[in-house]
Amino acid sequence: MKIAIASGKGGTGKTTLSTNLAAFLSETEKVVLADLDVEEPNSGLFIHGNLIFEEEKYKMIPEWKEDSCTFCGECQKNCNFHAVIQLGSQILVFPELCHSCFACSELCPVNALPMIPKRMGQLKHFALNNFDFIESRLDIGQEQAVPLIAQTIDFIENNFTDQTIKIFDSPPGTSCPVIEATKDADFILLITEPTPFGLHDLSLAVETMQELKKPFAVIINRYGIGNDDVIDYCQKNGIPIVAKIPNLRKIAELYSKGDLIYNDVPEFKEELIKIRDFIKNEI
Amino acid sequence: MKIAFTTNGLEWNSKMDPRFGRTEYILVYDEEKKEFTSFDNREIENEAHGAGPKTSQKLFELGAKVLITGNGPGGNAATVLEKAGVKTYVGAGEMTVKQAYEAYQNNQLKNI
Repeated sequence: MKIAIASGKGGTGKTTLSTNLAAFLSETEKVVLADLDVEEPNSGLFIHGNLIFEEEKYKMIPEWKEDSCTFCGECQKNCNFHAVIQLGSQILVFPELCHSCFACSELCPVNALPMIPKRMGQLKHFALNNFDFIESRLDIGQEQAVPLIAQTIDFIENNFTDQTIKIFDSPPGTSCPVIEATKDADFILLITEPTPFGLHDLSLAVETMQELKKPFAVIINRYGIGNDDVIDYCQKNGIPIVAKIPNLRKIAELYSKGDLIYNDVPEFKEELIKIRDFIKNEI
Repeated sequence: MKIAFTTNGLEWNSKMDPRFGRTEYILVYDEEKKEFTSFDNREIENEAHGAGPKTSQKLFELGAKVLITGNGPGGNAATVLEKAGVKTYVGAGEMTVKQAYEAYQNNQLKNI
């Protein structure tokens, strides 16, 4: 089972929920946690295991072979991303814009744009007592998170059984990286805070999940601040609210030290139990 | 020499468009012939990626040797412009085309 934890707004508690939920569920289930926020992975600040595997990750980028090129212009005509530009008798390739679709390479009549692997980041697999943690990290300067997220999900699919509960700590926002991190999930938990900003970005995330036709539910974090608008919004739209994590200073203190929370804050653990029951009964 | 302006219109008194890649129009002034040619770039709105390189390539096709714009091109666009042999001047985003051209002639714009 794959559960993606997403938010719309950044800083609402995706990583706090992902790490604590993974650790908590691992007391009774087989769990793997994946940090798919590859541009700035931070689950690893709270999860410390033994590194058992790491590998470099590559994406395929065309490389121009000047000697074979006939300057027919097919490559730039077929590139939807303007990653291949022809200037007279010169072809420029922009790896940051390339989406590795192979169109320019495959449609080149003289094979003047062979695809070559280019490093984009690395994946690490950590083992803990009773669960696994996968962290992928995009190299500095790389602009595209999607290929690394896709390869990380592939790694998880190839290395863990369907019986494993797979928790995806997703990137914030509603753009391509979030789509990639959530599109294969069986269920999406959207975590938000009960503030006007939280509600605004939650509604964007809800629209995104509706577009993807994904089942989802809401978790309210820092419950007690702000107002009731998120609750009203969810009720009006028939969206289940699975848990309300209270706004407690103790949670912030533990978080700031890089500690997991649920063992020291009973109110937090109660909410995790509600989420676990929801996963068991509803998903 | 052909000089390209990023603009919101097609006349000397039109406002400059401070954006490069997503400029509404490219207005090219031919200093020898003293006449304008233009390109309607508004279709670029539909492009999610690579607006800068695409607009740069258009300048190459239009034969411009100088670009006068507002904020200036991003990294990818600057690479294309350099390879295309286009000199870029920035800081004219709030001017009219006429003011921008005069500022360029008086060396008041920054060459990047």
